[in-house]
Amino acid sequence: MRTLSFIHPPTTLPMSHLDRRSFLSLAKNPHRINYRIDEQTIAPLSAELEARFSRRATAPPDSSLAPYAGPWTRAEVIHLLRRTTFGFTRADVDYFLGKTMQQAVNEILNAPYTPPAGPVNDYNNANFTDPAVPFGQSFLNAAYEATAEPYRAESVRAWWIRQMLDSERSIREKMTLFWHNHLPVQFQEALFGSMLYRYNKTLRDDALGNFKTLMRDITLDPAMLFYLNGYLNSKNAPDENYAREIQELFVIGKDLPAYFTEDDVKAAARLLTGWRTDGFSTFFFTNEHDTGDKQFSAFYGNRKITGRSGPNAGADELDDFLDMLFDHPEAARFVCRKLYRFFVYHGIDPQTEQNVIEPLAQIFRNNNYDILPVLDTLFKSEHFFDVLNRGAVIKSPVDMTIGLFRQFGVQLPGPANLFDTFAISFQLGQAMAAMLQHVGDPPNVAGWQAYYQKPFLDKMWINTGTLPKRGQATDIMVFAGIYGLNSRAIIDPLAWASGLTNPSNVNALIDESLEMLFGLPVPQSVKDTLKPILLSNLPSESYWTLGWGLWQADPGNETYAGALRVRLQAYLYRVLQMEEFQLC
Amino acid sequence: MKRRNFLKNMTAGVAIPSLLNGFGVRAHAANPFSRLLNGLSSDTDHVLVVIQLDGGNDGLATVSPLDQYNRLANGRPNIVLPENSLLSLSGTPTLAMHPALDGLRDLYNDGNVRIVQNVGYPNPSLSHFRATDIWMSGSNADEFFPSGWAGRYLAYEYPNFPIDYPNPDMPHPLAVEIGYSMSLSLMGPQTGMGFVIPSTDDYYQLLNSTQTPAPNTPAGEQLAYVRLIAQQSRTYAQAILDASNTITTQQTYPDTPLAAKLKIISRLIAGGLKTRLYLVSIGGFDTHAQQVETSDRTTGTHANLLGELGDAIKAFCDDLQFLGTADRVTGMTFSEFGRRIASNSSDGTDHGESAPMFLFGKPVAGGVTGSNPQLPQVPTANDNLDMEFDFRSVYASVLRDWFCVPQNDVPGILLHEFPYLNGMFESNLACTPSDVHDQNQSAGKSLLNCRPNPFRSGLTFDYESAGGMTLVQILDTSGRLVATPVSTWQARGQYQEYWDAGDLPPGTYFCRLVTGGQQQTKTVVKVE
Repeated sequence: MRTLSFIHPPTTLPMSHLDRRSFLSLAKNPHRINYRIDEQTIAPLSAELEARFSRRATAPPDSSLAPYAGPWTRAEVIHLLRRTTFGFTRADVDYFLGKTMQQAVNEILNAPYTPPAGPVNDYNNANFTDPAVPFGQSFLNAAYEATAEPYRAESVRAWWIRQMLDSERSIREKMTLFWHNHLPVQFQEALFGSMLYRYNKTLRDDALGNFKTLMRDITLDPAMLFYLNGYLNSKNAPDENYAREIQELFVIGKDLPAYFTEDDVKAAARLLTGWRTDGFSTFFFTNEHDTGDKQFSAFYGNRKITGRSGPNAGADELDDFLDMLFDHPEAARFVCRKLYRFFVYHGIDPQTEQNVIEPLAQIFRNNNYDILPVLDTLFKSEHFFDVLNRGAVIKSPVDMTIGLFRQFGVQLPGPANLFDTFAISFQLGQAMAAMLQHVGDPPNVAGWQAYYQKPFLDKMWINTGTLPKRGQATDIMVFAGIYGLNSRAIIDPLAWASGLTNPSNVNALIDESLEMLFGLPVPQSVKDTLKPILLSNLPSESYWTLGWGLWQADPGNETYAGALRVRLQAYLYRVLQMEEFQLC
Repeated sequence: MKRRNFLKNMTAGVAIPSLLNGFGVRAHAANPFSRLLNGLSSDTDHVLVVIQLDGGNDGLATVSPLDQYNRLANGRPNIVLPENSLLSLSGTPTLAMHPALDGLRDLYNDGNVRIVQNVGYPNPSLSHFRATDIWMSGSNADEFFPSGWAGRYLAYEYPNFPIDYPNPDMPHPLAVEIGYSMSLSLMGPQTGMGFVIPSTDDYYQLLNSTQTPAPNTPAGEQLAYVRLIAQQSRTYAQAILDASNTITTQQTYPDTPLAAKLKIISRLIAGGLKTRLYLVSIGGFDTHAQQVETSDRTTGTHANLLGELGDAIKAFCDDLQFLGTADRVTGMTFSEFGRRIASNSSDGTDHGESAPMFLFGKPVAGGVTGSNPQLPQVPTANDNLDMEFDFRSVYASVLRDWFCVPQNDVPGILLHEFPYLNGMFESNLACTPSDVHDQNQSAGKSLLNCRPNPFRSGLTFDYESAGGMTLVQILDTSGRLVATPVSTWQARGQYQEYWDAGDLPPGTYFCRLVTGGQQQTKTVVKVE
């Protein structure tokens, strides 16, 4: 898809960090890390299955965006945490139970944010040493180094995964992933660690700010310029790649019958000419910019953007172009629909469109595309808390995997063992990739299918290949763990149970753990099939209480600990295989 | 031994009822000839069905020593069964069964039950949890094994599991447990070795392509979808389905939970699964109170449980006979402990120590192993039954004589040496040919080879790294990491590494390769 023959090398681009030849070969870097992502066995959905579930598609609830005024109990707290964070613990539930719903949403949306410290060389190992950056030091300002970039890119990916693992009571990481899906770059196509870090930082820093600002930043982001060929776009040979995607995939979408035209794509491509990057910064080259006027179609009200020249021409025309895109009423609707599918429910029927999407879009426009007012209204609405919306989302692989780590308090070694921390988070990425969501590498510029491919949407995460992989992942975390060289990350079932409200009572343990792990309540008859696992099929619940008490009184006693651990592992093995665990 | 042959099947007319009844091609796999062509089980594939009696079964009321009857009556005057109600056993004048065990008594009198007396282990635990774990893992009272005895046997037989399983060499589950979750018994050195069918309902839903109804809500609709995919993708689900569908007629079973489970197992065995181990359990044996109805001591909780047990086993054995699989199926019961000799004042018995085990089925040599327990003149609450046989001697004998594991290899599975109990099976038992064992050894994909095995000074590992983080670890039998001969980040490929074991004590160890999200564990033995 890259048309190298059309390159018009700029004459003045500072190439202090990266020579041009290296930059052009980013996507073809021969120094790949040679690792295998588990082959995915995907059985296509049968026509029968597709018909069955398309027919069945349940109408979403008809509640509106009116402020939610119902009860604020554990169920509502857990619903809010499930949807807005990557997993939560009992402490989080208790914390928000002590607040009002409004306070809880406010805190999650407005959590203080300081950009986290960036990744460092945590990947040096017996078989690879970064020739330029010492272990433990940042590579973010280091020159491009072909042999090291695959490791640096994986280090960024692993670092990003750890931001998710470490995300506190905040929606920011989830929104970062949302924007990554909406405005993707594929790491494997842009193998340059510090550039990928900057792309990720742009998403995170702007995640809860202004969508228009984000679009401007991402348009000029080095990784995006590279990924969608913006850096090759010149007045003599316009490259239409980004000009098309910004309209079709990023801002306007293609939900409408009437549509922007091919001429609109061509005009946008001319408007976007002249931007260049060295992977660290973005530069505008006046001599590469098309200074002519850009005429757009009736879809955009026949708007004409005046051609400019001079050092600010590109930026000014981009601002005009974004103004034009964001003046179209579809822009707000398009993103609100995506937010709705990501956070609430996959199905949008005409009633939802009218009751939820259109009012949200209006708020979005009225606030000049600030993101927070939209989220604030949505998460405080009776529609969001409607019981019919609860548990109705199929967890993405990231939701499932990161959530598993966070809910069970699985620990990584941290700064004390940088390499193991990298290695374990790297493997976590591989595990999610096997379930079809490789963070940093969506399948293409449209993002993951589960977020756009109608009518199946989030059901696309689950097929006969990926569902067993989810089970294998939970089994591994219960029984074996993920290993680094000298440490491992594994579920500690005793520590987990100890964090529950009343773990010595087998019924309380089951009730509370299922409430936290399952997307929807299960009947008592199901709980009755789980109790025998903890009780070794004994009729008296006091055996569990007795065993728990013995261990509490003598925590170092392996006889007591082992008896509980074996049963908790068998319990979690079963519970995490149950289908309810896949919903949130 | 009464080994089945084709001619006998034909004359008996029961082995291939589906063909005779014209059920059509779908049933052809029940035919022993096509069975061989289809990679299904063969006549020499031995199956073990383990029935766990949860709660601690009262051995003295299950099989009562008549020569000790008066002493038993002294110790438990409020619950002892009337002597004349006990069921006598042919050829065994000093032992009698509980009156509810008439089904099992019939099997015994036909020579298809062996009673192993006074089974236990040194320093027994009277805790349900701990004792169950000891019986399942096969550890000593002061050891902790995170793996189970049956899981280790399966890991020995199928060393590459679970990489590239199922496969043409072993298309079926290694073990099937009908129960709430996977037992410790079936835990291998790294992973569960079994396929769990959570309930009999779950099995019939699979068979009939139905699911537990989901609520009629958006969440319920999503749940129904995940459940459907779960059913379709459950590894081995199709094998279970295919095996089940070849069997259309079975003998009548009692309407009890245990019988319902055994009925499924018989169907799967006859349907051609090569699965060697089946596990089921029956709960409720923790009879601290009201073990008997005081108005009629031959009735009550314990009588109901034993009735369910004996009748289910009898129906199961009859069905095996009907379906032509009786010659290759053996059953075994166990419970985490027996109960006290003396009763308590709640008309029950408290936790005890040794107790009898049953082995049943046509391949079993009928009779009794061991002697009657010896009771004190007036048993008190402090008196327990001495152990005569270690339960792992029973496992060892089953492994050697039923699963045909070479005697030299048994200690590597049980992690200690135990004396064998001879004469528990028919003497002319046909063993699975060794080429089947060889085939099992190579089934799936081997990512790690550890040689030599057994080893004295060191091991050479040939392994395949998936690329990235790669480890070869040595773990001891308690799951503790004792060495990490390979720990590196490397490119995908084949590697070889030598490791000097130094002064590692002799014993069984597990070598585990961790690479690319997969793990494979091989068992090795260090010798002096």
